[in-house]
Amino acid sequence: MESNADWGTRGGLPQAFLTPGISSFSEFLKGFAPEYLPNGRTLPAGSTVEAPHGTTIVALTFPGGVLVAGDRRATMGNFIAQRDIEKVFPGDEFSAVGIAGTAGMAVEMVRLFQLELEHYEKIEGVTLSTKGKANRLATMIRGNLGLAMQGLAVVPLFAGYEAESGQGRIFSYDVTGGMYEEHDFYSVGSGSMFARGALKKLYRPDFDAEEAAVAAVQALYDAADDDSATGGPDLYRKIYPVVAAVTEDGYRRLPDEELAALVEGVVDARRAAPDGPRAPLR
Amino acid sequence: MTTPFYVSPEQIMKDRAEYARKGISRGRSVAVIFYDKGILFVGENPSRALHKISEIYDRIAFAAAGRYNEYEQLRIAGVRHADMRGYVYDRRDVTGRALANTYAQALGTMFSEGSGKPYEVELAVAEVGDGAADDQGYRVTFDGQVTDIRGFQVLGGAADAVTSVLESSFEEHASLETVLNAAVDALGRDGTEPRTLAPNQLEVAVLDRTRPQVRKFRRITGPALARLLGRDGEEDGGAGEDGAQGDAESAESARPTQAVETALGDGEVLGAVDDLLDDEDSSES
Repeated sequence: MESNADWGTRGGLPQAFLTPGISSFSEFLKGFAPEYLPNGRTLPAGSTVEAPHGTTIVALTFPGGVLVAGDRRATMGNFIAQRDIEKVFPGDEFSAVGIAGTAGMAVEMVRLFQLELEHYEKIEGVTLSTKGKANRLATMIRGNLGLAMQGLAVVPLFAGYEAESGQGRIFSYDVTGGMYEEHDFYSVGSGSMFARGALKKLYRPDFDAEEAAVAAVQALYDAADDDSATGGPDLYRKIYPVVAAVTEDGYRRLPDEELAALVEGVVDARRAAPDGPRAPLR
Repeated sequence: MTTPFYVSPEQIMKDRAEYARKGISRGRSVAVIFYDKGILFVGENPSRALHKISEIYDRIAFAAAGRYNEYEQLRIAGVRHADMRGYVYDRRDVTGRALANTYAQALGTMFSEGSGKPYEVELAVAEVGDGAADDQGYRVTFDGQVTDIRGFQVLGGAADAVTSVLESSFEEHASLETVLNAAVDALGRDGTEPRTLAPNQLEVAVLDRTRPQVRKFRRITGPALARLLGRDGEEDGGAGEDGAQGDAESAESARPTQAVETALGDGEVLGAVDDLLDDEDSSES
């Protein structure tokens, strides 16, 4: 392993592994092998990097859970870097993370975040609270501020199901690591203004999981309609948005068969009404 | 000034081994048994908060007997080791064999190093495979020896007595219910008087290959455990005549736990924890 980490002492286990008191994996990594942290590197001052960016994520709550969806496009400047990227991930069994911003950084950060939650659970024997998980993510974003200022920003959206209240909660972040609890629905990424506008008109607090999924797909369609960096559903290639619901049964990503019918329904309806469903004026 | 006197290396090692064995034999036993759909871990442990059996990684679990603070330290090191590997490489690259080897190196060094006392622990690391033929288990002793687990392995306390009981009842590819009942029966025959262990005195977990999740570790507690043991009436707060006895037992086992939680003065913790896990078992050592 090409690190400065001290693997040598105490036979097979480095001293750092035997040190008690740290139940956070990233804290442990910071002390033992900081070069493996996503933000453990520095760019020359004043330089910026061009890298693929992920775009729009939407989240909305419904009675008994929360739903997160993301489009499938990553862009680099004017060209499409990837048309089937996945930007919605499970945090653990009862949470989901969607990411917008520099794709490479974000994917790595999510991987570390997932491990962070699992590591804590294994060491402590209990899971973190929903707010606790959201806070851990905020800390990771905060540590990335230097790179964010050089063009490598990561802006996630966190959603978790809380067993005590039986409800879903949504947290948004800014590049400085500021964390804000959102109510009902929220959206991040380049197409977020359009998606949020759509959700504002479509959202009903009494949605069931399927209706919430339809609303999310409608919002992403509207984002793709007006934002070039957001990808719409690609029916020919069968590339649909990633839609995941978190309920008391845990994290569940909607399988493609289920999504296909749903997405085709939305696209079909847009043939007659290209601007989507109309909200009543009064 | 005192004159150091000569002690032969053989004698030093013998003394250290004796010391470690004595410590381990004070702890309650834990059994690791392969069954048709995975690997069962079962130990006598009245505490709900302090575990002798734990998840390490997706397919890997850990069981230990001996001094709590020492095996807890090794368990955490194992979780860090596995998570570190999985993070740097991939989740498939974390193996039970590598972990058992690491433990062996660490325990071997701790045992033979002149400074400090040897660890009074005995560990088992097991990894569940895609089929019964791929299941693997390793036992690591206080001096760093590794042995393959074939069928089953008993750690700690009265391992020999429990092993001899299990040997007569063990059969390969049995169901979870069968092996669990055999193990609980065997764990109760660790002394002169056979005891019947209640569900709330047991810590039970499985690595279940049929679990759809990536993480195959699952604890079996409460009603599910009572059902597997065929003792539905005996779990905590159970209704009926059995309930009274169950409550009395759980109250008794809850008392030391509270003592640990309230008396968390630095020096006292480890002693209290050891007392709790080892219980009043010194007569059998």
